[in-house]
Amino acid sequence: MGQSLMPAEEAAASAPARESAGVLAEAPAMAVPGGAAPTRESPGPLFRSTSRRRLQERLIGGLLFLCGAASIFTTLGIVAVLLTEAVGFFTEVSPIEFLTGTEWTPLFVPRHFGILPLLCGSLLVAGGAALVALPVGLASAIYLSEYAPDRVRRVLKPALEVLAGIPTVVYGYFALTFITPLLKQIWPQTDVFNAASASIVVGIMIIPMVSSLSEDAMSAVPRSLREGAYALGATRFEVATRTVVPAALSGILASFILALSRAIGETMIVTIAAGATPKLTLNPLESVQTMTAYIAQVSLGETPFGTLEYKTIFAVGLALFAITLLMNLVSLAILRRFREVYE
Amino acid sequence: MRGLEATPESAGGQPEAGRGSQFRPRLRVRRAIGAVFAALCFAATLFGLVVLVVLLVDVWRDGAGALSWDFLNGFPSRRASRAGIKPALVGSAWMLLLTTLFAFPLGVGAALWLEEYAPRTRLTRLIQLNIANLAGVPAVVYGILGLAVFVRTFALGRSIVAGALTLALLVLPVIVISAQEAIRAVPNSIRLGAYALGATRWQTIWHHVLPLALPGILTGTILALSRAIGEAAPLIMIGALAFVPFVPEGPLDSFTVIPIQIFNWISRPQASFHQLAAAASLVLLVLLLGLNAVAILLRNRYSKRY
Repeated sequence: MGQSLMPAEEAAASAPARESAGVLAEAPAMAVPGGAAPTRESPGPLFRSTSRRRLQERLIGGLLFLCGAASIFTTLGIVAVLLTEAVGFFTEVSPIEFLTGTEWTPLFVPRHFGILPLLCGSLLVAGGAALVALPVGLASAIYLSEYAPDRVRRVLKPALEVLAGIPTVVYGYFALTFITPLLKQIWPQTDVFNAASASIVVGIMIIPMVSSLSEDAMSAVPRSLREGAYALGATRFEVATRTVVPAALSGILASFILALSRAIGETMIVTIAAGATPKLTLNPLESVQTMTAYIAQVSLGETPFGTLEYKTIFAVGLALFAITLLMNLVSLAILRRFREVYE
Repeated sequence: MRGLEATPESAGGQPEAGRGSQFRPRLRVRRAIGAVFAALCFAATLFGLVVLVVLLVDVWRDGAGALSWDFLNGFPSRRASRAGIKPALVGSAWMLLLTTLFAFPLGVGAALWLEEYAPRTRLTRLIQLNIANLAGVPAVVYGILGLAVFVRTFALGRSIVAGALTLALLVLPVIVISAQEAIRAVPNSIRLGAYALGATRWQTIWHHVLPLALPGILTGTILALSRAIGEAAPLIMIGALAFVPFVPEGPLDSFTVIPIQIFNWISRPQASFHQLAAAASLVLLVLLLGLNAVAILLRNRYSKRY
């Protein structure tokens, strides 16, 4: 990709030095030192190693390719692991029960394997997190991109990003020992473990994701659009909300989806603060269980390899992977397809 | 933008003509709305920072009292007053070391291939897309992968190596993406200069591109690793122990890390253990702060503009 940046003539000029074809053409002369066709004077000791160097170049290229391909193997590994174990699970539990069942009680009899309660828990937490993070993150992005003086932005932006670097266990601690008591003061019926507390904190965690990515999108909107709007008499607020935000909408949407996918995949905060009671409820003050929290719960326990309980991890993990993968792909596609290219 | 609908006459300052038309600038109202909006946006930005401060103060208030040399140098105990985090600290150090060892060369190699070698084919685009997607895969899913592949298939058990390999896969996409950015920032004239002197592609990369991109690569790597150090979910999946009354001595030993120790203490009902969790959180935060400071220092010290 680096080479693609150079102008065409320069690329052509430097090509013989880089492309193996060019090296090959020189090779016969180099390979036989002092042979019949040493057209160059004094092929010093440095030049003698050309053929070995060529081999070395090829080896290194192949090695680096393997590094690049490692990511493919990771993905294949994830898919293969999830699928093989999940197939084992689905030979014992029908996929229809899994996808439509409204009870999730795999660890005690009578066992039910309906994922809907877990899905409901995940969506409840992610929805709550979205209520916190999307407005706050977008407003922060607008402030940073449209209002903040350069000096202020250079301090505030990294400071806000610290939020994304706080370990999730620490967030979990904060949710359980600070936010939950706060909620209890307002609504005394709040459970010790509840979805609201977890979703507020997950929301706080993903604010920087929304604000950072949205700000990048807004900063990419060219000045000329803003100046055009100002010239028509728009106020700063109108420029921000009716020119810049619509122009950056694809980037903003992509950041929303990515942040939500992060919220659905978040594990420790919900394991610590949201509880371990899978149920179909929309009441955020109750204890729920998310897909991720269930996976963590099973692996914390003494579940033997190969049992049906053990396989549930993979079935739930597959569902989780599919959901987040879909969201990530949609977000990338939005970025690619709907990006307004200005120049 | 009511102003857009203005007719030339009304905007031209002829009040008697403007009266009858649609044009109402309402400038005062619009400016008031603007001011309120600006204040709201500023408040939103502050909200995140205020929460950050509240969180830090909360953890400090709860945990500072339990911090002591004995806490850092002690072993976990059923009695809160005697518990310490030495095994967790050592475990985290092992984890950091081995994860770096696995992820750094692989990540930089992948970035180099993508930026310097990759032909513009469908395969390259697929790899690039795949890396972007992997960056968004939840950490628990990496834990499931580690459990099935490293712990069971490779029979590494619930060891430090298995944990470090899992975390390495987790941070790999982040390292690759940031390394790519750093490599892309090296100006092309430097590559062309090296080629003009007859350097091969690898000589150009090794002697010119990499040294220039290194500060950026290191910054990105350190930030990625600081994420790995705070991660608990994937290590819970591969079965890091919660109660480790010994210091791990080799990469095949079982282990615990600070985040798991924190989680374990939070999960207990007694308030005295919550205090320990807060104290361990402080230690973890200081560790992360240190790593981040190094990253920022590197960036400021060595970042060059071309």
